[in-house]
Amino acid sequence: MNTTEKQSSGLHRDIVVYLSLLALAALQIIQAYSASGEGRGLAARLLVVAMVQAFIAVLFFMHLKSARSSLVWFVTVFTLFALAAMQYGWTDSFRIIDGVPFAHLH
Amino acid sequence: MSEANVTMAGEGVALSEGSPFSIPTKKLVMWLFIISDSMTFAAVLVAYGFLRNATPHWPEPFKFSPSIINVMVMTFILITSSLTILIGVRAAKAGDQSKAFPWILITAAGGLIFALLHIHEWLGLINEGVRLLQNPWGSGLFGAAFFSITGLHLLHVTAGVVALVVVGFRYKSGRYNADDVDLLGLYWHFVDIVWMFVVPLVYLLSIARS
Repeated sequence: MNTTEKQSSGLHRDIVVYLSLLALAALQIIQAYSASGEGRGLAARLLVVAMVQAFIAVLFFMHLKSARSSLVWFVTVFTLFALAAMQYGWTDSFRIIDGVPFAHLH
Repeated sequence: MSEANVTMAGEGVALSEGSPFSIPTKKLVMWLFIISDSMTFAAVLVAYGFLRNATPHWPEPFKFSPSIINVMVMTFILITSSLTILIGVRAAKAGDQSKAFPWILITAAGGLIFALLHIHEWLGLINEGVRLLQNPWGSGLFGAAFFSITGLHLLHVTAGVVALVVVGFRYKSGRYNADDVDLLGLYWHFVDIVWMFVVPLVYLLSIARS
């Protein structure tokens, strides 16, 4: 495959990824307006779609797919570890909504 | 120092090693910046989620027209601008400066339109009475959360637009090369990815259902 053919196939792939991102964005809108589109279930579904969008954007638009595996591991491990570490407070927020057991209201 | 090359320069001794992860150092620095900035946005969004979860009357003010339509247009523009910078980077790496430069400027134009639409949306909400600590619909914290999250993203978009114009012209004059355009592309894709999380969490979870 010569240079021109490589560029053309690369652009073709970029356009496919671009259309996929637009389709996923449209899916989020549809999910939000669907009959079951409320509450924590909706938030989880929207987040899953957003993570898929981020995943393909990072792999293809930011070219992490063609980078060295050491860079991929470096980016992935640090990012995911820090993101996971932020999630410790959710149980507290649900507790505030649902009420603390044995709480006394004055 | 098993892989170090020691060279004698005119004014002293220089040590050079292979670049980390086999990418230029400035590209690694951009990746480090992107990782750290994604922590910032993640912390802001998690705090917003916590706050929203714990607040009984969170406003749901975003009607389909004009709010969600505006968001759809903004999302389309930002994702398309990611494609245009990708085309520009590809052209720059192929050495086609006459093709790369216009695509960089088209990306900047997309970012500018996004920013203007965003400011227009803000003015509409301010007109309806939304302030940092009050609004006509529910919890007063809605304004603070909304303006801080979208404002932080808007700041990144604005900085990106300025960078695109500066780097574009410096690339055209020969002062910067294709690697510099590639770095800017990485930043712009990051800004786009952040928006993909802001839209569902801030807008789509607060659509007006009545």
